[in-house]
Amino acid sequence: MSKWNLIIDIENCTNCNMCVLACQDEHVDNSFPGYAEEMPKHGARWIEIMRKERGQAPMIDVAYMPVMCQHCDDAPCIKAAENSAIKKRADGIVIIDPIKAKGQKHIVESCPYNAIWWNEKLQLPQIWIFDAHLLDDGWKQPRAASVCATEAIVAKKVTDAEMTKIIESENLEVLHPEYGTKPRVYYKNLQRYNKCFVGGSVAAINDGTTDCVKGATVKLSQNSTMIAEDTTDAFGDFKFDKLDEKSGIYTIEVSAEGYSSKSIEVDLDTSITIEDIYL
Amino acid sequence: MGSLKFAVILFGLRLLFLLQALRYQAFRDRLKEKNFTAQIKTKDNSIGRWFTFKDGKISSGSGIKIDADIILTFKTPEIAARLLMPPINQLEQINAMKDFLISLEGPDNLALWFTQTVMQTQTIGWKYGVDMGDGMTRFTNMTNGGPVFLYVKDNKLIRITPIDFDDSDPDTYTIKARGKTFKPPRKTTLAPHGMNWKSMLNSPDRLLYPMKRVDFDPAGERNQQNRGSSGYERISWDEALDIVAGEIKRIKKEHGPGAIANSHGSHHTWGNVGYYLSADFKFINAVGMTRVLHNPDSWEGWYWGAAHHWGGSLRVGQSETYGTVEDLLKEAEMVVFWSSNPEGTSGAYGSLEGTVRRKWLKELDIDIVHVDPYYNDTAQFLGGKWLAPKPTSSPALSMAIANVWIEENLYDKDFVEKRTTGFNKWKAYIMGEDDGVPKTPEWAAAETNLKAKDIRALARKWGNRKVYLAAGGWGNGHGGACRNATGIQWARSLVCLMAMQGIGKPGVNMGNLQWGTPVNTNFYFPGYAEGGMSGDLHHTAMSVELYQRMPQLPSLNTVEQAIPRLWLPEAIMEGKAEGYAWDGKSIEAQFSKVSYPKPGYSPVKMLYKIGGSIFGTMADTNRHVKMYRSPNLEFCVSQAMYNEGETKFADLILPACTNFERPDISEWAALGGYAHHGQTQLNNRVAIFQHQAIKPMGESKSDYTIFSMICERLGLSAYFTEGISELDWAKRIFDASDLPQIISWKKFIKKGYVVIPPEKEELRDPLSWNWYYEGRKKDVPEPMPLPSDYKDGYLEGIQTQSGKIEFEAQSLKRFDADDPERPPVVKYTRPFEPEHEAKYPLRMLTPHPRFSFHTQGDGKDSYINNIKDHRVEVDGYYYWIIRINAKDAKERNIKMHDLVKVHNDQGGVVCAALVTERLPQGSAHGYESCATYDPLGEPGNSVDRGGILNLLTPKKSQIKKGHSMGSSTALVEIELWDGKAEHNVAPAIAAE
Repeated sequence: MSKWNLIIDIENCTNCNMCVLACQDEHVDNSFPGYAEEMPKHGARWIEIMRKERGQAPMIDVAYMPVMCQHCDDAPCIKAAENSAIKKRADGIVIIDPIKAKGQKHIVESCPYNAIWWNEKLQLPQIWIFDAHLLDDGWKQPRAASVCATEAIVAKKVTDAEMTKIIESENLEVLHPEYGTKPRVYYKNLQRYNKCFVGGSVAAINDGTTDCVKGATVKLSQNSTMIAEDTTDAFGDFKFDKLDEKSGIYTIEVSAEGYSSKSIEVDLDTSITIEDIYL
Repeated sequence: MGSLKFAVILFGLRLLFLLQALRYQAFRDRLKEKNFTAQIKTKDNSIGRWFTFKDGKISSGSGIKIDADIILTFKTPEIAARLLMPPINQLEQINAMKDFLISLEGPDNLALWFTQTVMQTQTIGWKYGVDMGDGMTRFTNMTNGGPVFLYVKDNKLIRITPIDFDDSDPDTYTIKARGKTFKPPRKTTLAPHGMNWKSMLNSPDRLLYPMKRVDFDPAGERNQQNRGSSGYERISWDEALDIVAGEIKRIKKEHGPGAIANSHGSHHTWGNVGYYLSADFKFINAVGMTRVLHNPDSWEGWYWGAAHHWGGSLRVGQSETYGTVEDLLKEAEMVVFWSSNPEGTSGAYGSLEGTVRRKWLKELDIDIVHVDPYYNDTAQFLGGKWLAPKPTSSPALSMAIANVWIEENLYDKDFVEKRTTGFNKWKAYIMGEDDGVPKTPEWAAAETNLKAKDIRALARKWGNRKVYLAAGGWGNGHGGACRNATGIQWARSLVCLMAMQGIGKPGVNMGNLQWGTPVNTNFYFPGYAEGGMSGDLHHTAMSVELYQRMPQLPSLNTVEQAIPRLWLPEAIMEGKAEGYAWDGKSIEAQFSKVSYPKPGYSPVKMLYKIGGSIFGTMADTNRHVKMYRSPNLEFCVSQAMYNEGETKFADLILPACTNFERPDISEWAALGGYAHHGQTQLNNRVAIFQHQAIKPMGESKSDYTIFSMICERLGLSAYFTEGISELDWAKRIFDASDLPQIISWKKFIKKGYVVIPPEKEELRDPLSWNWYYEGRKKDVPEPMPLPSDYKDGYLEGIQTQSGKIEFEAQSLKRFDADDPERPPVVKYTRPFEPEHEAKYPLRMLTPHPRFSFHTQGDGKDSYINNIKDHRVEVDGYYYWIIRINAKDAKERNIKMHDLVKVHNDQGGVVCAALVTERLPQGSAHGYESCATYDPLGEPGNSVDRGGILNLLTPKKSQIKKGHSMGSSTALVEIELWDGKAEHNVAPAIAAE
């Protein structure tokens, strides 16, 4: 039995908001009986784009992460709902019955991903429904995926076994696996959002002129164990990514031919940019 | 013989009327609209037939009715037969009108109704859209953000989607580069403001009825001082049109020519018939109006600066744009994005087409550098090295790069020798030989706040390597830093850099994958700048091609007076203004001075405003607010879709419908004119029949219809419309294009779109500038420069005096060699006074908005307001975003989403703060082009919480001898908002 999964590549999300706008286009002022009632024009973010800036000028990066109903296989909302108001379809999609769920505000609280939105006017908990109404009508992709110019959002209908292979080959992760809800929404390059980096540039003064040092070897270690090595580019820049936030003290050792080495320590709280390391 | 034919045709027309009435309810409804008699006849009355319309019934007979209400007369039966026999030859009809072989007498409203009804006998049976079952029809349309399918059920728009191609649509291009194969998806992309359109269609701010300001009485007190403060009352279309037509007549007679001015935004809703360059220009010319002369707003530095060094005046000073996508992907080692944020501007009309290609860039081993004070959307997407110069300081950076290249022999000496002139003058300035100041990286570091080592590293990484320079969103110049106070210096200095690196060498060119795809540029469809139905050969690009392809009545504005737009408020309030022309026909055309008032013309007394609000787009906006409240303007009418910003300052409001509610035709990204072959932004060329997907809301009407109804009251409707409807004009544009070669009209209007097949690989356009680099004749498919601008021979060399790239511009030497603002060799000067900088220490960038398009899509309760990087809701109000550096914010005790007042001596704007590391200290960033104007006190004299940051931007022209906005950077202070409506508050941070 093939089921729907959503794959989101954070590396390719540009924050264009086309998925968000397409969701509003589809659901505001439109009701799809059996699937979803109208989405409020404001105040509901069935698809929400989270922003993460890392580092400090002049070396930063910015990631955007679309978050929506994770269509969990072990969804807490299904357990929380009374009256069997929430169903897991055979194809993996979670649907909140717009009639049975009326008045059940507690369903909103059940979602650890904060992806259920309370519609005050209709007294309904609501989610991004994976555009199940369109998929059932023969559409190939939910709208959020079909409007994405970078294919940062792609829906895949495959068996769970096939999906397991894709997860491995493409290094996919779920948000907060510790919740144990088995989401069907997978993320690629999640480190851009939930990990941090140490970066900086290496410079030296030669004959009174300051220059970037290209080709310097930079080693990152913690507790005397080397973790990673990088070589500086034409701007003298180096960067170590995929580090955990608040992961303690690291040592950065810089060496380059013709210069004496330099070693500095950083206490990593969150991403940090070391402006200039002079050799 | 002619007599018999004519009689038969007339008899046939009677049958056609009856037949179509029998077949179509819509036609029966149309016939019920008027009761009158129309007579068609020869001049000598020998042949004739009358048609009487009464309560929906038609009676007709041969012969002459002397009391007919309207009379259509042909000089002879032969002429009549020739003109009326299908297929109709439009050129013959136009010629017959010009030669007075046809005349039409009688009231305009009946005459126009009759001719349009005759045309409807041909069009009434046409079938539009694709039936999707269950009562749903899929229509097509075009937004400024790209082509769309519109799913409509029971006259309600259900959804908007981009277009997925079907199996019958042609394939798209393939590019092979560095062992990879790149092929775009078989669908169209859409920009956010296109995806937003359902909320724009159904906006609660839609104008649905004609409205009159309650304290405006055309026969009594006008209360001009209350514009923007007093409310409105609904009036009928008849009353509204009578007031407008009555005021046009009165003002023309009372004050003389020039007393009516027409103002429009830079962009309209899409469609070659309804666009402002089409319908509005015909209207301007029909009535005779003072034009509000636009400045080259997205090209300032290139037009006033770069063109003097490398020509290209007909591209507003930008670079050629052909073949660069393939060349960049195959050859380039690095791309320098310099004030270039294509992800933030969607290529203006290019949707997210370039985004698809820039994703390919990420898959190749090409280094990327971003030079922008803001870590912009493109930097976010592509990554790479970020260099953040202090806003407006970029010219100093270019000069330092040139300095390193000269010092270290990192430039193409052969190219400089053979293809350029004046290098020694440039070198002398760069090395400090003439002013004693070498423009070293250390010198530039002090100007830019960059580090000298980074400048040197960039110069070394660039010099004598295969590097693409992307300037502005289009990559070839459009947008970006050319709009700030040093924009001219910047654009000029970039040309000098490219001249030093041998532009046109494989891998050395201008671009960022936004323009220059291998689509077929030889297939013709008119761009919007070609003027549609305007007949205007003077102010549109119609003469390039459309005029011969689509014969139409020429139109000419008899009023030669114009107001330079940057000084519109001064012109109205102070009675005079001066500027320079935006005219691309030659490099020197920009040296023509424009003065208002023009001798012998009346000052402006009436303003006819059409389109979206331009308040948010104009520097020092309070001037515009005050202009509206001036007694010098006796009457202001606004023809608009929305009750927004500027609309609320009119005496009378005429509700226009959107382009989803009227028929039109267009091609995606077909710009024409100064943006020739704008379709090379696309991965697939797509032409669209813009269906009237739903009926006009309320009593709103299309711009075309509103103009023609005013013209009816001025006796000008036959001239304005040529007797036909906007649907008929759309058909004429179809016939004028190359579309009939690939699709029939009936199939086109049913399916709604057609994909223009891509060019065969062996026939793709040659690479821009490569002809120049190699010393060949020009071979790229652009009809510019004009033939007389060549020296050695046609297509040999470029437009400059020497035919070469000139480091020292001969045109500027001829014009004013001593102009300190624009000397023949570009020099760096700082734009701001030190005292001013001390008082307002933050340099605020105001680029184009990312999600909305000019004022389209912003405010109006649209979906876009929900986007956290566009507006933020605080206590129920959606505030504009101002981005502020984290340290600057901390010093001011400002936290994320705090309400702050951005202010300077010109005014104050309440925004929500977005605290960020994407700006270096001392900079701020907020979009221009907000649609809302929401003064908290007296309009023009109080704090605005709508978000018009242009209230704070400098109105000063970049150079005195130009008409050139330099407003994209302003000096401001930002502080927590104290809740007050007054704006003259001392800055929170004292100068140090």
